[in-house]
Amino acid sequence: MTLTNYLVLSGILFSIGAATVLLRRNAIIVFMGVELMLNATNLALVTFSRLHGDLTGQVMAFFVMVVAAAEVVVGLAIIVSIFRTRKSASVDDINLLKS
Amino acid sequence: MTPSTAETVLFWVLAPIMVLAASGLLFARKAVHAALCVITVMISLAFLYVAQEAPFLGVVQVVVYTGAVMMLFLFVLMLVGVDASDSLVETLKAQRWVGWLGALGLGVVLVGVVGRATYPSAVGLAEANAPGNPTGVARIIFGQHVFGLEVVGALLVTAALGALVLTHRQRLKPLVKQPERAAARVAAGARLTPLPAPGVYARHNAMDVPALDPDGRPIEDSVPRVLRIRGQEAGTAEYRADTYRRAVTAVLAERGTPATDAEVDAALGTVEDDPRPAAAPPGTTTGPTADIDLGGGSTRTETER
Repeated sequence: MTLTNYLVLSGILFSIGAATVLLRRNAIIVFMGVELMLNATNLALVTFSRLHGDLTGQVMAFFVMVVAAAEVVVGLAIIVSIFRTRKSASVDDINLLKS
Repeated sequence: MTPSTAETVLFWVLAPIMVLAASGLLFARKAVHAALCVITVMISLAFLYVAQEAPFLGVVQVVVYTGAVMMLFLFVLMLVGVDASDSLVETLKAQRWVGWLGALGLGVVLVGVVGRATYPSAVGLAEANAPGNPTGVARIIFGQHVFGLEVVGALLVTAALGALVLTHRQRLKPLVKQPERAAARVAAGARLTPLPAPGVYARHNAMDVPALDPDGRPIEDSVPRVLRIRGQEAGTAEYRADTYRRAVTAVLAERGTPATDAEVDAALGTVEDDPRPAAAPPGTTTGPTADIDLGGGSTRTETER
């Protein structure tokens, strides 16, 4: 086994996360897909860090985690406020501005 | 360097679990199951980080992602309602197929490019991790990326404030507290005191016997509402404190005729009848009836004489 296996796994996880964002309609599950894509990127960063013998990759992964935490807070707050006004967490229902 | 055998085994055990759990995110019907699948993926990722000589990130992964982020997801799921499931109406035509095609194409491209690229021989982190992995990471964060860390701190504060502002709800009606409730009750003329207990001043203190007020009238509200609705309330006649009958007997005795029961009954007339209406409809509270009013009754016996 080489380190390439980790990168392939990271690519598979990223595509599954992207598929979740494209296919699911529940806003919370869509958000979990985004989190999965961020995690896949972190795995790639950690693997490249090991490949090059440089810890900067891990520092990048750390920053990605922190920004993801902030993003989750704001995103979930938006979902909660939309749910309050629309009584629904479906992304298809958010077409208030349409026509 | 090449990964050790133990790491290879760990990878081949965890990788299928992770891919299966991630597919669970795609196919799970309930959002809670999807959240559990994501938690599985994240904990497995923490294992892989530790195996890849990044123990600090492994710990942060568990603490931040599984401990904070996913718990936040579960909290929001509880707020929004666990049953909130996907709508099956397609608003965009053929979105499902285009989505599958796009995701599959992305996967093929990513795996193909990443898998076929040639990489330099792996260096490994043994040298960089020599003073300890957290120490090495901290040297880079606080050496080269201090400004970035400050910006991230500002971002976190802004995010917390933003969440507060977004979920803030303006109060449309004034807050109703205990003083306002009390004032409303007095204004409505409702009963201000607690309900009397059943059996007080009656000859019996069972739950189904209504209390008697000082005039000898039964208080309907003293019997529990459930018993009243079921019609299991005891009749008041047999348990009533016979103040009125005793008063009449005393009046008759004062006049010099030791009254027999029949005479007293004759003097009382209809007064001794069961004061309650025969069939009160369930749920309606029947007020005390007027024909057992002691004051009116006694004047009537005075005039009859």
